[in-house]
Amino acid sequence: MTTSLPGPASGQNATEHSAAESTEHHPDHRLFGLATFLVADGMTFAGFFAAYLTFRAVNPLPEGAIYELELLLPSINTVLLLVSSFTFHRAGSALKRDDRQLCRRWLLITATLGLLFLAAQLKEYFSLPFGLTDNLYGSTFYAITGFHGLHVTLGSLMILIIWWQSREGGRVSSQNRFPLEATELYWHFVDGIWVVLYGILYLL
Amino acid sequence: MTISPPSDFASTAEQPRWQRYFGFSTDHKVIGLQYLVCGFLFYFIGGALAGALRTELLTPISDFMPREVYNELLTLHGTVMIFLWIVPVVNGAFGNYLIPFYVGARDMAYPRLNAVAFWMIPPAGVLLISSYFLGGASQSGWTAYPPLSLNTAATGQVIWILSVLLLGGSSIFGAINFVGTILKMRRPGLQMMQLPMYCWAMLGTSILVLLSTPVLAGTLVLLSFDIVAHTGFFNPAMGGNAVVYQHLFWFYSHPAVYIMVLPAFGLVSEILPVHARKPLFGYTTMVYSIMAIVFLGLIVWAHHMFTSGTPPWMRLFFTIATSFIAVPTGIKFFNWLATLWGGSISLNSAVMFSCGFIVNFVFGGITGIALAQVPFDIHVHDTYFVVGHFHYIVYGGTVFVIFASIYHWYPKVMGRLLNEPLGQLHFWLTFIGLNLCFAPQHWLGLNGMPRRVAEYDPQFQFINQISSVGALLMAVSTLPFLINVIWSAYRGTVAGDNPWNALTPEWLTSSPPPEENWHGEAPLVHEPYGYGLKSPVSS
Ligand SMILES: [Cu+2]
Repeated sequence: MTTSLPGPASGQNATEHSAAESTEHHPDHRLFGLATFLVADGMTFAGFFAAYLTFRAVNPLPEGAIYELELLLPSINTVLLLVSSFTFHRAGSALKRDDRQLCRRWLLITATLGLLFLAAQLKEYFSLPFGLTDNLYGSTFYAITGFHGLHVTLGSLMILIIWWQSREGGRVSSQNRFPLEATELYWHFVDGIWVVLYGILYLL
Repeated sequence: MTISPPSDFASTAEQPRWQRYFGFSTDHKVIGLQYLVCGFLFYFIGGALAGALRTELLTPISDFMPREVYNELLTLHGTVMIFLWIVPVVNGAFGNYLIPFYVGARDMAYPRLNAVAFWMIPPAGVLLISSYFLGGASQSGWTAYPPLSLNTAATGQVIWILSVLLLGGSSIFGAINFVGTILKMRRPGLQMMQLPMYCWAMLGTSILVLLSTPVLAGTLVLLSFDIVAHTGFFNPAMGGNAVVYQHLFWFYSHPAVYIMVLPAFGLVSEILPVHARKPLFGYTTMVYSIMAIVFLGLIVWAHHMFTSGTPPWMRLFFTIATSFIAVPTGIKFFNWLATLWGGSISLNSAVMFSCGFIVNFVFGGITGIALAQVPFDIHVHDTYFVVGHFHYIVYGGTVFVIFASIYHWYPKVMGRLLNEPLGQLHFWLTFIGLNLCFAPQHWLGLNGMPRRVAEYDPQFQFINQISSVGALLMAVSTLPFLINVIWSAYRGTVAGDNPWNALTPEWLTSSPPPEENWHGEAPLVHEPYGYGLKSPVSS
């Protein structure tokens, strides 16, 4: 006997439908999927951090290769990213209220903060006394900050794309917020990783 | 003149069936079969490689091929079998085909991502095998330990890394889909604790994939830096630390064993109740066992590193943690026995392969517990004992379940039953071949024959020849299987929709199932194993 439930949820699904989904008959699970992916992405960083801490614990640096990292630039960068998480959030709530003008302004500010972060990161790279292949410490430092920098680069590009798409008549609107919400989730993740990175690589 | 169909959907539906299997289809059933057939192609390649290795080992000297080629074929064999055959088939093939049915959905949560995940596999496989012709494949085994992987030919090693990165990405995308589908796509009214066991197995497996595969990916990127950019992460000559590579590698590769074997646990739990006509024994304990294995599987990796200068406290911890895995695994083992106990069992090919799995897996599990004990492990580390143990788990375990599953679900996919006498012949050839091939290897290892070497002490020749005869039997065993699969597609007994009188949802639709899985709404199955109960399917 296979009878089916006339699900109360199916009515609820209809209201959750967004314009972007065309073929799916179910609520939008894409943000959940992105969150799952970010768990995996976070594990890559976890692996790198574990390697870095082990290297530091068991591989002593050769004489003359002990570095005190300057704290000024990375601390400014931490502030930049934290503020950018906040501005991105403002952009998201502006879009929810259908205030596109305001949303786009916050997006532009967020992207600028991201690009400033990258510029400061590059400036730090050029001022450091060690290079990628000088020793284990340098290699690990560049690998981890570089991998995070790639994330920021990708995120900034995505913000600029959304900024373009949220113009009048673009595909991002208060009806279709998925691209913005996905990028926002990703951006918060990248910021969170930076805070951990800052703690482990600079403060510890 | 042709009139173009109104939409994408219509065009795929009107295509002849076979053509859809070569394109970018988003239908989970098509993708599942794509994984299966693609996996079998690589299985035959990996099997041919194993045949070449066993031929070389017929004599103690390297006369069949140069030693470097032996190393290359050995690396390719391991990589192909693990990353292109077992992981994609036992996860991707059966997972994609069955999970949407089990949760009562019409497709996976992210169909396009699903197709992308599959289509990353063929290029990765071609890339890997092409390295053999582009100046030689990697020679450092599927583990790619530095400094060995840094000292052998760079091109093959870099291609190997690229290929494994692609396959790892495919695996992660697949896992995202399984988690999303199992947690979010369940039909209204279907509780988690009512899901068929394979869903739980795939949920556990996907958690392992999501937590461990990215670590391997990051590690391999660092290894490629060491090769290409001359950094020294894992190169002791440059102040690096090769043991850190081993930690990171095994943080993935121990869970990888469960990524290969947990889905097999799930599939066996589907097959046995149907053919024993009894409910699955101990459903709740099965679920908790899977989750316990997932948790323990993440904290036992260093049992592969007892000879890598691990400090005593680490040896102690990892020995104890590993031994603990015997508890949830034992629970599952006894649950399967209890499921069979007193049932009216039909000893068809699916059941034979499932029982073969139980026998082989117990043997492999016992040698696994032995290997977890430091004093014993130090004695047999990197010997044929490990090779024997591992193949009992992945071949005797998982590959047996893959065959059992094919005998069980072939009628659902093709609408016809597989031939029974050929299936029994296939089983006995495989079972005898496996035990003949791998049981003697334990003896070889105990007596000190190292693995991964083309030449060996002449006193081991006779036992090696027995092992090679077993390998030959396993190669021969694929013939009745292939004949069966092709012959039955045209001449097999017509199966009907539900030849086994099974209760899990995939049998409650036509064979083969329609494009959107069900002709009407998805059935709500509260008791997927309710054999002998009054009204198993609720209303
Ligand atoms: Cu292990």
